[in-house]
Amino acid sequence: MSIILNNISKSYDKVKALDDISFEVKPGELFGLIGPDGAGKTTLFRILTTLLIQDEGSASVAGYDVLKHYKDIRNHVGYMPGRFSLYQDLTVEENLNFFATIFGTTIAENYELIKDIYVQIEPFKNRRAGKLSGGMKQKLALCCALIHKPKVLFLDEPTTGVDPVSRKEFWEMLKRLQQKDITILVSTPYMDEAELCDRIALISDGKILEINTPEAIRTLFPKKIYKVRTSQIYQLIMDLRSYPETHSAYPFGEYLHFTPKTASFVAEDLEKYLIQREHRDIEVMETVATIEDTFMDLSRANELVNR
Amino acid sequence: MKKENVIQVENLTKMFGDFTAVKNISFEVGRGEVFGFLGANGAGKTTAMKMLIGISKPTHGKATVAGYDVLTHAEKVKRNIGYMSQRFSLYNDLTIKENIVFFGGIYGLSSSTIKEKSQTLINELGLHDKANSLVGSLPLGWKQKVAFSVALLHNPKIIFLDEPTGGVDPITRRQFWEMIYREASKGVTIFVTTHYMDEAEYCDRVSIMVAGKIEALDTPKNLKGQFQVDSMNKVFLKLARNIE
Repeated sequence: MSIILNNISKSYDKVKALDDISFEVKPGELFGLIGPDGAGKTTLFRILTTLLIQDEGSASVAGYDVLKHYKDIRNHVGYMPGRFSLYQDLTVEENLNFFATIFGTTIAENYELIKDIYVQIEPFKNRRAGKLSGGMKQKLALCCALIHKPKVLFLDEPTTGVDPVSRKEFWEMLKRLQQKDITILVSTPYMDEAELCDRIALISDGKILEINTPEAIRTLFPKKIYKVRTSQIYQLIMDLRSYPETHSAYPFGEYLHFTPKTASFVAEDLEKYLIQREHRDIEVMETVATIEDTFMDLSRANELVNR
Repeated sequence: MKKENVIQVENLTKMFGDFTAVKNISFEVGRGEVFGFLGANGAGKTTAMKMLIGISKPTHGKATVAGYDVLTHAEKVKRNIGYMSQRFSLYNDLTIKENIVFFGGIYGLSSSTIKEKSQTLINELGLHDKANSLVGSLPLGWKQKVAFSVALLHNPKIIFLDEPTGGVDPITRRQFWEMIYREASKGVTIFVTTHYMDEAEYCDRVSIMVAGKIEALDTPKNLKGQFQVDSMNKVFLKLARNIE
């Protein structure tokens, strides 16, 4: 196993940031940690990269224990934190050289690994890192995290605040890196990116809600789900809220996703109700759950348990 | 009935030295409309938005917001709009109540109005037990909901939202959009940027900026038809890729 976590917990004062987290990541796997801001993702990354010590539990990365062999871990992992943390007043090339030297290697030695990404920023190699665009900064940070040919790569929200085009390119880069035998643990708040991982862990309030392949997670959704649309979206939300059969109703793109309370629900009843409420252009269709549906259902259930 | 326009933009341009960040953009936004302002990072969205909220002067062109010219009446514009962004919204080391009082004061509301409004706001958000907590201690999603309400304190005609939901959990993100719909149904115009393409689908109309220009502007439905794809995400990818 590339990464092993056994019952990891961590608190800051009274806040439990991580609560009894256990999972494993296989060698060469692209593993996604999916959850919103404040779920505990960064704390988990900091423990695995030996920057923070857990209160309870044990963890190992690339075969090294995070407490006993932290120095070995630092030599064998690459870490790209959520906040841009390269030297703003060094140039692109100077930053890369700096990180290569620290790890006792050279750009030339591992050029093959970063080539794909580096060629995109090479035209700007004499520009200071602080003057790069967001997308280019991100590519430089990835190059710096890879320059010592790590066995495991940790990427903490690499695509937050990044536009859909750059996000897509970034994920294509990750897929290519995976081909080069690097294990990747990546976190993201974007549920659509979860689909691109081999396996994902859904995390919320410091707890793991579920771990599985994206496909298996989608099929976990326990209820029927319908997409509903009328010409009056806001009124529709309000009317579904007061509909007795509603378990949940959330906006999902141009539709609302509606789940009924009972298995005996029939779409015609809802249509009748909406006609009665003077909706027009009514569409009610059964659909399949997305990862986001599952995430919301699980985190709702989790909240109910905690109350 | 002809829709009343609350934002009117004609050939708006902003240059920084030789670089044209915003090139001749023109569009209108109607009262109560939810208008999505999309574009890749660096496409010029923030620059354009800064001109519309009266904090950056256009190089050429004209924009009228809430009935006032952004160049000649920037202060009037600021009084008649609300603004919130992901980066700056509230003071983390003030409590929710203190933030409300602070922003209410800035907008020149009387103390009785502030008192009344803060009660309503706290009630609506169900935050009774949190009213005296520091904003910094709230989860991001809650912060953003409070920030949205605070930006509405002075009853603006238009509210500008700059990536209000980045990193927010999926349930809260949707609650946030319900608040947006609620305000729009009351006649408040919503001008919103986002990187979540499912949120683009929630807008009445969407514009997509590429390299300083508006390359597409229509309802999500028509845009999908025009580009012959089934989602706004694909519209976005097609547009931004083609230009490159």
